Amino acid sequence: MQAHFIRVSRRALTCAFGLGALLALTATVAGAETPALKVTYQVFTLANGLRVILHEDHKVPVVSVNTYYHVGSGDEKPGRTGFAHLFEHIMFMGSQHVPTGEFDNLLESAGANNNGSTNEDRTNYYEDGPSNSVPLMLWLDSDRMGYLLPEINKDKVDLQRGVVQNERRQSYENQPYGLSEENILSRLYPEGHPYHWPVIGSMTDLNAASITDVREFFKKYYVPNNATMCIAGDIKPAQARAWVEKYFGSIPRGPKNVRPTAPAFHMATNVYGTIEDHVQVPRVYDAWHSQKSFASDDAALQVMGEVLAGGKSSRLYKRLVYELQIANQVNAYQDGGRLDGKFVIFSTARPGHDLNELQKVIDAEVGKLAESGPTPRELERVKNSTESAFIGAMEEVGGFGGKASQLNYYDYFLGEPDSFQADLQRYLSVTAADVQRVAKQYLETPHRVVLSVVPQGQTKLAATEGVQP
Amino acid sequence: MIMLRRSVGIVVALAGCLALGVALPGMAATPVKNVLSSPRTGAAKARPAAKAGATAASTHRTASKPAAMANGLDRSKPPVLGPLPPLALPAIQSQKLANGLELDVVEMHEVPVVDVTLLLHAGAMRDPADTPGIATFTANMLDEGAGSRDALAIADEEAYLGAELSTAAGAENATVNLHCTKPKLGPALDLMSDVVLRPAFADSEITRQRELRKNALLQLRDQPTQIAPIAFNAIVFGNGHPYGRPAGGNEASTERLDRTRVKAFYDAYYRPDNARLLIVGDITPAEAKGLAEARFGSWKAGSATPPPVATAPAAGPRTFYLVDKPGAAQSVIRMGNVGVARSTPDYFPLRVLNTMLGGSFTSRLNQNLRETHGYTYGARSAFDMRRLPGPFVATASVVTAKTDSSLIEFFKELRRIRTEPVPETELQKTKSNMTLGLPGDFETTADAAVQYLDLIANDLPLDSYSGYIDKIEAVTAADVQRVAEKYIDPDHFVVVVVGDRKVIEPGIKALNEGPIVARDLWGQEMRP
Repeated sequence: MQAHFIRVSRRALTCAFGLGALLALTATVAGAETPALKVTYQVFTLANGLRVILHEDHKVPVVSVNTYYHVGSGDEKPGRTGFAHLFEHIMFMGSQHVPTGEFDNLLESAGANNNGSTNEDRTNYYEDGPSNSVPLMLWLDSDRMGYLLPEINKDKVDLQRGVVQNERRQSYENQPYGLSEENILSRLYPEGHPYHWPVIGSMTDLNAASITDVREFFKKYYVPNNATMCIAGDIKPAQARAWVEKYFGSIPRGPKNVRPTAPAFHMATNVYGTIEDHVQVPRVYDAWHSQKSFASDDAALQVMGEVLAGGKSSRLYKRLVYELQIANQVNAYQDGGRLDGKFVIFSTARPGHDLNELQKVIDAEVGKLAESGPTPRELERVKNSTESAFIGAMEEVGGFGGKASQLNYYDYFLGEPDSFQADLQRYLSVTAADVQRVAKQYLETPHRVVLSVVPQGQTKLAATEGVQP
Repeated sequence: MIMLRRSVGIVVALAGCLALGVALPGMAATPVKNVLSSPRTGAAKARPAAKAGATAASTHRTASKPAAMANGLDRSKPPVLGPLPPLALPAIQSQKLANGLELDVVEMHEVPVVDVTLLLHAGAMRDPADTPGIATFTANMLDEGAGSRDALAIADEEAYLGAELSTAAGAENATVNLHCTKPKLGPALDLMSDVVLRPAFADSEITRQRELRKNALLQLRDQPTQIAPIAFNAIVFGNGHPYGRPAGGNEASTERLDRTRVKAFYDAYYRPDNARLLIVGDITPAEAKGLAEARFGSWKAGSATPPPVATAPAAGPRTFYLVDKPGAAQSVIRMGNVGVARSTPDYFPLRVLNTMLGGSFTSRLNQNLRETHGYTYGARSAFDMRRLPGPFVATASVVTAKTDSSLIEFFKELRRIRTEPVPETELQKTKSNMTLGLPGDFETTADAAVQYLDLIANDLPLDSYSGYIDKIEAVTAADVQRVAEKYIDPDHFVVVVVGDRKVIEPGIKALNEGPIVARDLWGQEMRP
């Protein structure tokens, strides 16, 4: 996590804009030179409720099968935090006709690879491989959707519990600043809010997860009418549809999934927290309650994040790291989900500087942005980089960031898989006045969580209430 | 996270590149975003071409349960797959600029993007023995002011063009990488050529970056997964070998970084005769040559010496080196020995061996330590093939309480692959995985660049991928066992464990597998 603002993976950033056979160019955006992004697709729904999106891209003979289950950590019940993600792991442990281990063996033998991810809102699985391997992918995915439970036993649950607990140790507990996220969530979102706890869950709750929980969770959420599948790449749509019907058609519909809602809330005070960690230098996190994904101000909040801390030419980097040299990194981002969102700024001090010093500068820069908004150049920079990223995204069909995943993502949030251009347009439409307004509205007036992560025994370095810029 | 793509000896770090948090909201582009993804993917983007008629059923064991017959569908067997469609790998075409700079071009016209990499033989192996870190620091300094722009103006222009420009150095090479849309290629190449040809190396910027580096070295103390390879390399190769010294420098060498040293390093190694340019994407060779000649044509050739040659010290008997991290939740285990150079005649058997041992999700190490025992989130192995023999390593982060048990399982697998014949089904699965996965390795411009840079960096023929499938297919079980015996040497392993010493030492001692020695985070003897 450390200094990740300059370590975003390259694959994550290269998104693009495919022309070629599959990506027809349509009408140009008014006033823009660049043709609109268009990702053609077909969509159908099986009688059991499984929604399927098909997208042809014959650039390379590869296919991605990407499945969204509409369940995430926000759906977890009290005392079982981390369960949606633990369940994701169990989905790879074999099903009635696929002995344990064969899911991976068969895919690897076919030259394919696979993975899964869980967040607050959804659980996502994909298989990527050569285009002749689609029937295998669908056979495997349909078996675990329709026939998982006969193969589940305590040993499998215990084993993946151990793996997930090691994931927690590796990615959170043994990582400098790794426990910051859960400490922010618990202070920002009120008790009972679906985003109050982290996706990874607590060790105690992971220990409590039982095989009964697995059965209940599967029956409730892993049903065809609670899933959307996107098949993208070198496919023939009619053939792909026939395979989907063959493998998934007989899986019975399940109960309708009633998703949780988020209670409206307003932070009435600033909340200060301090944790001591195995770190050499302190870091401060500011987190404000903002807006959910695709809400009216979501794009402006994201643009604000880039203006504040997107790269070396950003305001906070320039001030904190480059000029004053009191911090070694800074980052800012809007993080919206299906239900709610937060805006976060964090910065790590250089030795000899405490977090109040950083906090003062952060507040001053936020104040300036709220006062006079971004410059035309700052805004254009963000828009140009964003547009390039959207174009680059067209290069790839698979993985967590390829077109199959994006089509599912847009369908999930907007009900329209081909929302690439509409999404890009959100950013291109943001004005300087919008950024100025969201800086004022979300960062200046309301209250926030201020979390200090300090070296053991050095709580005196923490940010404190009442420090003025 | 397990099974990273095999290193090509190039670290393409995106230092200074804009993190586009706004760009892909569906992805975890932001750091603290609450998304977990399981590191399941094996050597996913592994390799080469497609073989017609292969089926996925080669390793399938028939399910023991009664078949579910629904709608007349027999679910008990996996489907037999049809033939693979033909794959035409994007060809690479080589030419030379007037000043001798070699230019290789791979045409991929489907998406209007271009990926440009300048590779220089200017990696950490060029560092003077007493000043490690100069190569990486010099690469890092390239975009901290160049041409008419200062550091911030370069970042500003990069973002304004919607381009990604990064500079980095690894053990072997330095790279300058540019990724941008086609319409912006001209001005983006102007910026790139400033960074390569006209870096300012201003004292003020050198001081600033030196301070940041000192800070990073301080923070290193809390990053056991980064400590482990530094200590491991120091012990295996020693201070007299370039691979034994920390590429990122140490506290003492960082103090010595100044303009004179950086400029001297740059003048010696940033030369067209010591570099090669690869352009992949929506461009023709003629167009590429014109653009490159205009930007890099004035670059003067120098007289760079060939990369140094060194021999690693002979390995002693297996020894455990503990780097203490009191209170650590996990122990980072890293064990191995000096491996092979990229030019090894055993390249293909070794690739098969490693994929099977620790290079894919279903590999022996990952199956054992993760999927059978749950000791770790992922275990893997790798032969880091470089110009000179690089390290062979097997590694995992394991729960502290199971450090000794994990070591037992590591040794078991690393000995077994040398002594027991490899089953045919496992061999076939591994080879199929490597050959059938080829199309995905050339999907994007960045993917194709990685594949070709491996060849370019090691002076290998650029048509090497044409024979790839056949060479993988030709590997036999006897070949695998032979190279395992030859190149994996558990009796002489260096075993580094970064963890809570007072908790883990008794268990390691009880293994009775070798002496235990305490080391600092640089892998050096503890000063009293």
